[in-house]
Amino acid sequence: MTQEELLRQLYDFTLVGNAPEVLSLTNAGLEMGLGPEILLYEALIPSLEEVGARFERGDFFVPEMLIAGKAMAGALEILRPLLAETGAQSIGTIVMGTVKGDVHDIGKNLVNIMFEGAGFQVIDLGVQVAPEKFIDAIRQHQPDIVGFSAFLTTTMPMFKANINALQKAGLRDKVIVMVGGAPVTQEYADVVGADGYAADASAAVVRAKELLQKRRAMTPA
Amino acid sequence: METVLRSASREVVISPQHPFCIIGERINPTGRKLFQEQLRRGDLSRIEIDVAQQLAGGAMVLDVNMGAPLADEAELMVAAVKLIQGLTDLPLCIDSSIVEVLDAGLAAYEGKALVNSVTAEDERLEAILPLVKKYGAAVIALPNDEKEIPEDPRQRLDLARKIIDVATGRFGIPAEDIVIDPLAMPVGADTSLVVKTMETISLLREEFGVNTTLGASNVSFGMPDRHAIGAAFLPMAIATGLTSAILDARAPQIVRAVQAADLLLDRDPWGASWIAAHRAAQAQAQQAQRAQEQAAT
Repeated sequence: MTQEELLRQLYDFTLVGNAPEVLSLTNAGLEMGLGPEILLYEALIPSLEEVGARFERGDFFVPEMLIAGKAMAGALEILRPLLAETGAQSIGTIVMGTVKGDVHDIGKNLVNIMFEGAGFQVIDLGVQVAPEKFIDAIRQHQPDIVGFSAFLTTTMPMFKANINALQKAGLRDKVIVMVGGAPVTQEYADVVGADGYAADASAAVVRAKELLQKRRAMTPA
Repeated sequence: METVLRSASREVVISPQHPFCIIGERINPTGRKLFQEQLRRGDLSRIEIDVAQQLAGGAMVLDVNMGAPLADEAELMVAAVKLIQGLTDLPLCIDSSIVEVLDAGLAAYEGKALVNSVTAEDERLEAILPLVKKYGAAVIALPNDEKEIPEDPRQRLDLARKIIDVATGRFGIPAEDIVIDPLAMPVGADTSLVVKTMETISLLREEFGVNTTLGASNVSFGMPDRHAIGAAFLPMAIATGLTSAILDARAPQIVRAVQAADLLLDRDPWGASWIAAHRAAQAQAQQAQRAQEQAAT
């Protein structure tokens, strides 16, 4: 197998969520001398991007997205320590959580998969995440983005409460705030003062990348 | 056990001996951008269409949710309840996660409503059950607490027991007015989830004999051919003991599957309702054809 063939296969097997094949191809690629960032950026990430695109078009369905995400997560477990050794930068870090009062997590988990799939480091705080918990996690992990998820009209006001808490902690300008969930709209996101909103998981990644680019262009490295 | 719901002039009974109770889900702005904008402007005209379509589809109770972001939900709920009660005599299910909205909706409602919903969280029980008692309503109860939506049917059963104990013991709400939601989860997220929902239904029937309801559309979330999944899921759940569901009453495939389940489970003597529904559809089709022919000549 040539390197190109291997990357092609890795892409194809990730697309269909064949975790065992993805794992063995990842190992085979490393043995062949392909760097971890090559495997990640030339096979795994493009494959998950395609999964997201198909999902958005209605050609792919939730289980297919989940299984592809799972296959990629298996490969990432091998690649992550190697990537850390080479000092490769992840695209960005996102702290995610479903807001306090809300126990819904399926939508949030789909968003996590798409972020991981795009090469982000995802720190998932789970459900029922209180503002203080978001603050602690932001202090600890210094993410580029924090994501608040809410499934109920009653828990959506926690977006504002979280943003107020960020302000009080002096962290509001340090992090991009994204919000989402079934009842959330762009208008609502604007009113509570979030930086970004997206209607579905793959659109969220696209929006996050735009926001990151904008921010990085503004702040000199 | 019989859960009786009423409008000013009609009574609907939820029980294993009655036809499966179809609660129409459509009057809900979640995921309906245009409807949300209309509601924010105070324009309720879309509701008239939603009522008519669900009525024609076979709904027996209508769920009313006015949870449009950035709108005055309580005010909308009152207006919607009054409007709908002027359009139809079907009993209503007052649906909100905001206590004040439930209160306002129940105050405006004429009859015995179904409240959607309370959970096993202490704070929610304390806030919502007094309203249920005050208005003499029935209530849908979700077995999740502050921590999680438990996956294990036994844990769901424990939380259901907690709700029933508090509602009957502390608030004097009769057990027949508590409708437990066994929590329908998306099969697309995990194909073992719906089996657990069915196990919960069966446990609830055995342990408490209470009526049950669930959001049937949740089951097919994220999957193609959603109506076919709903049409397979509901008869299975009904056979397990489910006595009502909040569903898309505009989808004939789903409604007919539910009606067939009633027939097959001996809740439609001599198949009279099944045949009557067939004749009604036939007559409608003939009428449509005649109208088309007339238009052509």
